[in-house]
Amino acid sequence: MEVVLGHYNYWVVIFLMMTGFYTVINRGNLVKKIIGLNIFQVSVFILYISISTVENGTTPILKEGFEVYSNPLPHVLILTAIVVGVATTALALALVVRIKEAYGTIEEDEIHQRDHSL
Amino acid sequence: MSGLQGHLSLLLVVIPLIAAPIVAVLPRGRLPWAGALLVTAVCAVLAGMQLWSVVHDGVISYELGGWAPPWGIEYRIDAVNAFVALIVAGIAAVTLPYALLSVEQEIPEEQAPLFYASFLLCLCGLLGITQTGDIFNVFVFLEISSLSSYALVSLGRKRQALTSAYQYLVMGTIGATFFLIGVGLIYSQTGTLNIADLAERLPAVFDHKTVHTGFAFIVVGVALKLALFPLHLWLPNAYTYAPTVVTIFLAATATKVALYLMLRVLFTVFPNNFALGTPTFDLFVISGIAAILIASVYAIYQMDVKRLLAYSSVAQIGYMALGIGFASAMGVTAALLHLFNHALMKGALFMAVGAIIYRVGSCRMDNIHGLGRRMPWTFGAIIIGGLSLVGVPGTAGFISKWYLILAALEQQAWISVAVILAGSLLAVVYVGKMIEALYFKPASEANQSLKEAPLLLVIPTWILALSNLYFGLNTELTVGVAERAAEVLGATGL
Repeated sequence: MEVVLGHYNYWVVIFLMMTGFYTVINRGNLVKKIIGLNIFQVSVFILYISISTVENGTTPILKEGFEVYSNPLPHVLILTAIVVGVATTALALALVVRIKEAYGTIEEDEIHQRDHSL
Repeated sequence: MSGLQGHLSLLLVVIPLIAAPIVAVLPRGRLPWAGALLVTAVCAVLAGMQLWSVVHDGVISYELGGWAPPWGIEYRIDAVNAFVALIVAGIAAVTLPYALLSVEQEIPEEQAPLFYASFLLCLCGLLGITQTGDIFNVFVFLEISSLSSYALVSLGRKRQALTSAYQYLVMGTIGATFFLIGVGLIYSQTGTLNIADLAERLPAVFDHKTVHTGFAFIVVGVALKLALFPLHLWLPNAYTYAPTVVTIFLAATATKVALYLMLRVLFTVFPNNFALGTPTFDLFVISGIAAILIASVYAIYQMDVKRLLAYSSVAQIGYMALGIGFASAMGVTAALLHLFNHALMKGALFMAVGAIIYRVGSCRMDNIHGLGRRMPWTFGAIIIGGLSLVGVPGTAGFISKWYLILAALEQQAWISVAVILAGSLLAVVYVGKMIEALYFKPASEANQSLKEAPLLLVIPTWILALSNLYFGLNTELTVGVAERAAEVLGATGL
């Protein structure tokens, strides 16, 4: 029981990761795929933040009376990864807009149909 | 001079990074192209100096901002990355002169400055992956190069370019995120991101399941970027529908850099033959064999020359995977040799096909009938590139296949030997199909009046075509560097 509850954030990570990954693979709607991709990426952010926690540690800000801090490095890494994620999402959405203009649809199977009916 | 020399490794990444936004705001016309040309030429020279310096004076360690590793980010250059960086910068420098006419025809004029800016960002990312000695930094550069290449692919003229770019983006992001997960897991066990430091600290925790999981995530993530069979699904579409220049550049460099990263992970980040204790190498052999056979057969049935070459690329990546899979010094040498030689042959072939597209506007098999007679120089380059792809003695392709077969014989892997030979025969079939359409089929009336492609397209094509012959005859440089690189990777102790 303690394994389950004590690591609850890792279970959240695994759940989100699989949900996102499944959405990317399974959904035919291009925007839903991007949402899935985002959930998938966010799960990794939570993974990094969970790793950085130090037992009984405070936020990594220097202040008298506090000796134990969480590791700030993963926080910084994840800030970078968030920026990368935002850029990816923006680019993906821009592509979806262009696809909608070119095909008139954002459903994967309809796009395939239109390409093959040429 | 010594001041410049000291910052060589950083300049290689910073110059294209700073030049990209400058090129983007340059006025329309030929100025953005000239700017990008200058940058790639400078990068190629710097990369050459870097390789020379590494070969003569040993490993370069550059501390970013003066912060000592492992706290600061370190650029660590040995024979392996100096070699790969030179390939990337060299191919970029040869591609740019070619780009002028091709881009003028394929990209709307107002987008051309942005096109060159993305191109430079892609170059910056690829060079960054080779230069850096920090594994999180690798992720950042991986995404810089990937994001810009998604944008570049989407600029293709057909609407399928958009869907291919989207597909590439989804698969590429999954790959990069897998890599990120793996890095996080090994960081949680070692508390470091510096590759040299990781190599020291990881052996102590090799038994932990977390490290094994992290290793698996990283290998699968990089394999996605590498387009290792069966994770190659993004590649044929992306290469087919991207603008010609982008196809040339990506085919010759992007997968090569991913292969370099794979070697780094397998041999440097996880030292002491960690990977030998896992099924990794067996999987490489299996997927290599599958790639060579299946992708080559696919290539034979393609009706579009660019797509045919794209499938052939998947097969060629299979050869490199096979080389790694032998897990021997000879195998890694063969993989590195093929990395270099394949960049030359695919570069030449995609350039020649691009010249045809420039004249005809398409490269479907039935549109190019008889063009070999109308465009003799372009056709000549296709023949040389094709022979190199098959592995005919006297071409670069022969050298890498020779070493690959030696590596297979060393381990008495008879099946692999048979597969390598069968792959060459399949290559004869698909190269023959191109040559048949180009030379032996009678030209249609529209094609009768076509002339040879402009010199600006033919000269870069021939530079690569001739280097296929040169490196097929003079193997001192390539084999020497590849053997040394394999040594640096520690593959000799296997």
